[in-house]
Amino acid sequence: MFNNFFYNLREANIPVTLLEYLALLKAVKLGLSEYKVNSFYYLARACLVKDERNLDKFDIVFAKSFNGIENNLDYEESTFDIPLEWFSSVAETVMTAEEMEEVKKRGGFEKLIKELQKRLNDQEKRHEGGSKWLGTAGTSPFGAGGFNPEGIRIGQNKSRHRRAVKVWDKRKYRDLDGGIEIGTRNMKLALRRLRNFARQGTPTELNLKQTIFNTARNGGLLDIEMQPERRNTIKVLILFDIGGSMDYHIKACEELFSAAKNEFKHLEYYYFHNCVYERLWRDNNRRHLNSSQTWDVIHSYGSDYKLIFVGDATMSPYEISYPGGSVEHWNDEPGKVWLKRFLDTYQNSIWLNPVPNDYWDTTPTIREVRRIMGGRMFPLTIEGLDDGMRELKN
Amino acid sequence: MNFKSTNNYVATEDLLIAVNGAVALEKPLLVKGEPGTGKTVLAHEIASSLGRPLIEWHIKSTTKAQQGLYEYDAVSRLRDSQLGHEEVNNIANYIKKGKLWDAFSSDELPILLIDEIDKADIEFPNDLLLELDRMEFYVYETGETIRAKQRPIVIITSNNEKELPDAFLRRCFFHYISFPEPEVMEQIIDVHYPEIKKKLVREALISFYDIREVPGLKKKPTTSELLDWIKLLVSEDIDPEALKIKEGKNIIPPLYGALLKNEQDVHLFEKLAFLNRKEQS
Repeated sequence: MFNNFFYNLREANIPVTLLEYLALLKAVKLGLSEYKVNSFYYLARACLVKDERNLDKFDIVFAKSFNGIENNLDYEESTFDIPLEWFSSVAETVMTAEEMEEVKKRGGFEKLIKELQKRLNDQEKRHEGGSKWLGTAGTSPFGAGGFNPEGIRIGQNKSRHRRAVKVWDKRKYRDLDGGIEIGTRNMKLALRRLRNFARQGTPTELNLKQTIFNTARNGGLLDIEMQPERRNTIKVLILFDIGGSMDYHIKACEELFSAAKNEFKHLEYYYFHNCVYERLWRDNNRRHLNSSQTWDVIHSYGSDYKLIFVGDATMSPYEISYPGGSVEHWNDEPGKVWLKRFLDTYQNSIWLNPVPNDYWDTTPTIREVRRIMGGRMFPLTIEGLDDGMRELKN
Repeated sequence: MNFKSTNNYVATEDLLIAVNGAVALEKPLLVKGEPGTGKTVLAHEIASSLGRPLIEWHIKSTTKAQQGLYEYDAVSRLRDSQLGHEEVNNIANYIKKGKLWDAFSSDELPILLIDEIDKADIEFPNDLLLELDRMEFYVYETGETIRAKQRPIVIITSNNEKELPDAFLRRCFFHYISFPEPEVMEQIIDVHYPEIKKKLVREALISFYDIREVPGLKKKPTTSELLDWIKLLVSEDIDPEALKIKEGKNIIPPLYGALLKNEQDVHLFEKLAFLNRKEQS
């Protein structure tokens, strides 16, 4: 039973190792759990979980393993109350070019929203195919899996064409994990280009040359000269796009984050979704409670910071150019105004794009962001990182 | 040897098990939690509860792992050699013991507190791995090996400013002190101020948890701030009725300075109070 528990924990991505598991068994053997479930739970938690972020996962696995209750490991509840099975993707229509032409451009942005509201009210059953009702694999602008470039995506875990204007699923945002070490070495080496050593702070090490010089001048009597340690004084502000289409690039971003965290002593980071607007946040789980005003961020970190955007710049064109275009909230000012503000403050800024650069020209928003960035967009590859760091250095 | 709640510290059941587990398995106990939930105090209480000496090692951003073991003061030896001092001949005179050495050489089994380990450089915990695992280290200058007479009980606190390396975490027991529930909080207050009027505590707790609920606070007040505040309330002899939020009245609690620690939060509160009054009138 315990072995099962151990593997369940590992399956739920809690990093438990054999050593910790053996420690738990030893503790149980010593009678520390007093043979009570509660005590065992606390003991297991102290032995196996080393990070409060994993406590929640641990509770779920514990309940699953010992209550015999099949809990859904999907612990982020959906708050949207449309029955998801309506939309679960079953069929996938392969469409001809003419059909694609036919469904293209069905009115503007606002019209879509109103229409959806209306149809949601009219419709009561699960629906598939067809061209009006909500469901999967159809050509209606609403529902998932179908093809309508201006469509609104509802109830689907992965986006097939990655082009929906609004994603209504409760998306799973994940905080970027800085703990991944494998594969980050190359990135660290690339980041190393961005170094600017200087001696600042309290003198802690011996300045040998100066000491010898002073001692000689002193007629052989020792005169010690200390100096501060040499440190990288580069300051970096990284803004990560997170959620939505960025889910495909989460690994690359985690690696970059982990490498940057180790390399730069002055590293500040914030998250945004799709495009920067008036708020940024640090903790993705609590973003709606604890977010920062973008103005505050711009004012807090001086223009000596190097700014790096990390994002696929793949979004609805409205998000860049129109007020109210954000997929998540009402923004008074369009994304490009905010981008401009960042660029005005930070002379040294680049955009790292995890999308391979062969595809950049096919996505209009990537072209647009690249134009706003003045061409300073680099692919998130080792070479791209190298070039980007060189750009930042100037 | 068992750790229990003491006369001035309320320990929840999960904390007791984590502490006793760490002591029994001779592993360091890593304690995390919001500031002000009693992480550092815990070590003091374990020491007094078990009747053991406490050795505190407070970590700063410049602290190096080596400083915990020992430091060889080569510079003053060099200087002394110029002045012809006698003690120059013995290198041991220039070796300064660190906290870990103190803990290892203590006759009685000590509690070693490594406070705020996350303040130090990112490599700091890794540099201490072997020492904490084997409880021994080697002094290169004198060629001796310092071995712990008895394995000290190690308590490590962290404020989560930096991630700790996995290899380090694997060797520790872990406990996250969550923010106390109102019932536990009542016990905590009872332990600190046994004489206090129940009514005052009830009202104070209500407004305290209300303040914590206010969205957008930069810094939420914590247990230690609540205790300070109650102390103030008692010494100023505030009437419990004054803490109640009544219609048309100020929602800022009296002596709020003990709870709110930056001007933005105070502004936020004043704004709320203003809106509140506006609604009432």
